[in-house]
Amino acid sequence: MSCSSCKPQVGPEEEGKEEFPGPTTNACKLCTPLGACLAYKGIAGTIPFLHGSQGCATYIRRYLISHFREPMDIAASNFAEHSAVFGGREVLHTGIENVSRQYKPELIGIATTCLSETIGENMPQLLHEYKNRTDVSHDAALVHVSTPSFKGTHVDGYHKAVRSIVESLAEAGPENVAGPVALMPGFVSAEDLRHLRELFAAYELPLTMVPDYSETMDGGSWAAYERIPVGGTTVEAVKALGSARAAIECGHILATTSKTAGAHLADKFSVPLHRIGLPIGLRETDRLCEVMGSIASRETPAAVEAARGRLIDAMVDGHKYVFNQRAVVYGDEDMVIGLTSFLCEIGVTPVLCASGGRSRHFAAELRKLVPELPESTIIREGADFSTIGTEAEALNPDLLIGNSKGYSLARRLKIPLIRCGFPIHDRMGGHRILHVGYRGALALYDTIVNAILERKQDTSSIGYAYL
Amino acid sequence: MSDLSTTPPEGYDSEGYPIPTATQPDSEAMRAEMLKIYPQKTRRKREKQLLTNNPETPPEIGANTRTIPGIITQRGCTYAGCRGVVIGPIHDILHITHGPVGCSYYSWLTRRNLARPKPDQPINFLQYCMTTDMQEEDIVFGGEKKLAAAIREAYAMFKPKAIAVYSTCPVGLIGDDVHAVCRQAKAELGINIFGFSCEGYKGVSQSAGHHIANNGVFKHMVGLNDEPDKEKFRINVLGEYNIGGDAWEIDTVLKKCGIHVTATLSGDISYEQITKCHTADLNVVLCHRSINYMAEMMETKFGVPWIKANFTGAEQTSKSLRKIGKYFDDKQLIDRIEEVIAQEMAALKPVQEEMRKRLQGKTAAMFVGGSRAHHYQHLFKDVGMLTVAAGYEFAHRDDYEGRKVLPTIKIDADSRNIEEIEVEADPKRFVPRKTPEQLEALKAGGFNFKDYDGMMVEMKKSTLVIDDISHHEMEKLIELYKPDIICSGIKDKFVIEKLGVPCKQLHSYDYGGPYTAYTGAANFYKELDRMINTKVWKLITPSWKKPADPTIAMGKGIDSPTNKTIREVVAGMAKAWKPQKSAPASSAEG
Repeated sequence: MSCSSCKPQVGPEEEGKEEFPGPTTNACKLCTPLGACLAYKGIAGTIPFLHGSQGCATYIRRYLISHFREPMDIAASNFAEHSAVFGGREVLHTGIENVSRQYKPELIGIATTCLSETIGENMPQLLHEYKNRTDVSHDAALVHVSTPSFKGTHVDGYHKAVRSIVESLAEAGPENVAGPVALMPGFVSAEDLRHLRELFAAYELPLTMVPDYSETMDGGSWAAYERIPVGGTTVEAVKALGSARAAIECGHILATTSKTAGAHLADKFSVPLHRIGLPIGLRETDRLCEVMGSIASRETPAAVEAARGRLIDAMVDGHKYVFNQRAVVYGDEDMVIGLTSFLCEIGVTPVLCASGGRSRHFAAELRKLVPELPESTIIREGADFSTIGTEAEALNPDLLIGNSKGYSLARRLKIPLIRCGFPIHDRMGGHRILHVGYRGALALYDTIVNAILERKQDTSSIGYAYL
Repeated sequence: MSDLSTTPPEGYDSEGYPIPTATQPDSEAMRAEMLKIYPQKTRRKREKQLLTNNPETPPEIGANTRTIPGIITQRGCTYAGCRGVVIGPIHDILHITHGPVGCSYYSWLTRRNLARPKPDQPINFLQYCMTTDMQEEDIVFGGEKKLAAAIREAYAMFKPKAIAVYSTCPVGLIGDDVHAVCRQAKAELGINIFGFSCEGYKGVSQSAGHHIANNGVFKHMVGLNDEPDKEKFRINVLGEYNIGGDAWEIDTVLKKCGIHVTATLSGDISYEQITKCHTADLNVVLCHRSINYMAEMMETKFGVPWIKANFTGAEQTSKSLRKIGKYFDDKQLIDRIEEVIAQEMAALKPVQEEMRKRLQGKTAAMFVGGSRAHHYQHLFKDVGMLTVAAGYEFAHRDDYEGRKVLPTIKIDADSRNIEEIEVEADPKRFVPRKTPEQLEALKAGGFNFKDYDGMMVEMKKSTLVIDDISHHEMEKLIELYKPDIICSGIKDKFVIEKLGVPCKQLHSYDYGGPYTAYTGAANFYKELDRMINTKVWKLITPSWKKPADPTIAMGKGIDSPTNKTIREVVAGMAKAWKPQKSAPASSAEG
């Protein structure tokens, strides 16, 4: 598919790496500011704010809402041609002032866009100027993050915003105070966040999760209008993270970058940092439990042991159905790593692992963490669905595992799609899919097995009633 | 009901609509209540965009003005209007978004402009979302080479008839010459390739993108093929994007009548159809906002006259069909149209009547689009519901007040930067469709061309008209009016439903539809019944709590004795607010 005469210039860092010329066709990644907006939604009383065109806010809201089916407000500085040429100082200040007055937020989480990044807006300077103005409201704390969409994916934007939140807010606490554990859970579902809270509760570990959008993005009906939906980790709790007893950061790819929220807490406040993967599947959840056990200095709680037992039991019961099934896994890099590890545990063979992310560590981390992954498994980073489709067609897979964007491929290949990750906009409850913990693994396991059984019944000419 | 010489049956108005039984509160008081929170500067702006209606002399509305930064709006951007709305639905050309990954991803099948697989076209390009996926080095060193490579490769992969390229914000800023790249690629590959400068920061809303798209389609596609279709009574349906299959429904009815659609712009349309759409006999404009430019340009250059029509609502569909029949002035066609109307209405009537029983007296509010907030009022009217408030997201003054205000609309910085292309009559291909005598006769018979009177003349007196509604105003509207249903988009939907009011998305139709013509009307009535009368609203309060606050409960109409808030506000207002001398004592209608 490449066109040698017109290959874009390859930067020095990219030498020797495979380049992807031509168009990205059906991307397997979203833009950075989307991730930042979701991360901000996990802080109580926060309004995300995009410095850029109003279309960015509209599109990102539209997209997050189609997954979560919840209100999602994002303000914007609504650039006009004038501000694009002369700079967005005025629209930024007006926007912040208007959001402060209308919503009375605790925090305004500002993220840049490709527009404001291209014209080189000096955000620290512009916000400093705002803070020095006497004619505007200063009730809300301001956090900002640089998220040009021409650099990285939605996951990078998410982690960068988490880093900014912690970096801007966390303060040194009193000596000898062992504050709650800081958990940076990664880009996971609302149900995942709730389950992580339950796990920490089982270990009797106080917890501050950054972010926690389990309620703001999955709430009940309202008795009265909530300008900002309730829930989320409070600004106070984030401030106190300087005295966290430990920090846990989920994501092996995340761990390959140095500037993370956890690294900041470790560097500045000497908080012990534990870097693990997304706790998907048995082994990765075991690692989380080991870390929680060591921080809490206690044995694994009986309920957690029991959940692990049920997972093992199910794996034994269902092995005959899943063994040797061939799967194509795609999505965010850390999500794919977790899912691949899990699939190998249950006897499914991942034949293609693909992600739109381009960390340059994806293949190495996968090989390292999932040593049993067959040599022949194709690993693609920077992939789009055109690549994934072409590869998958040649691999004759039994299953697709990933977000809703794989639907047309699944339809073409006539194989089931197990929906995981983000975005899921063709099923109910995409944000309530549980991926993490033993319980998450068990839920995924049942879903996978049942999809295989359903396909077996659907394609059988006999119609077996017992399977 | 078409025969105006008979008196309408009891409970129906002279046009045949059941008279709504719901009443309205004093809208001036409601308006003041909604505006009072704003600081002076913002209030001055919003006052012009939030009006109480007077259908006889619609007040001037401050539409198509920039949204104030930090006021969370439902509006989109220029790119969305161009790529997403107007051109995106063309299913056999490739669409390449030149920019970073987000914009293309967010416009990937999100608008539900459906297309059927065609026998001669195994690939439906709508399922492809292509982007140059610009990286930092492209921003620094320019993205033209990458774009050229993308076009070449896209061509190699799919061999399309044409490729359209869309610019996003950074492209305009770094100065990539998209049009030059497209020209070169066109010469090199020998297919039609053209670009759109639809950067998101241009214009007030997606409306600017519609205009840019119209210009591009007209310049690069319309008029390339002069071979007319063989059928008689050829029309184009302009401004119908086939959301949920709407265009198919309209097409079916037109076909039954013997009217041939050369092209629907741009729902389920092929490139070929666009290239010859100037050979049609008449342009029928549905969404005035997004496509009136095209209608005007085609008339000037090729002599195709245009009329405004509406296929949303049963009565409106019949009216529009008759109007088309009158234009062609053919006895056989007119008779056939009457037959079809009689047939369709006979099938629809029982459904309409059943739904009217369940829906009459209910109220609705609508904030959507540049024409739907107007057109859908007719569906509510069909079943005796009252629209208490409506407004557009991105329309201009003419969509509210009618085209008669066009000469008085001021050009501002935001409209000035959108190109107005100069169009002249084509020396060879301009063909007047009617002789001056025929035109005179049509006009004498009450037939009007270019006849859009806007939304306000068709709304009841003292209803609210709200342009680019804000979150705060929506919240207030729910508190004060408690409409039984609100129609809006995905960004509002879940806020509205959290407050216990059902919300129908009128952009994506909540993944339902079609809602046009007769079958579509029946679908919509049933959908209203399902949403308004569903049990879930009664289950919100658990049994161990006190009965639900009656002010939260649904389905009571505005002057219901249970509607406590509104009476309190009106009582409070009466003290603070004195009616103007000319104001009527009561604004209750019906």
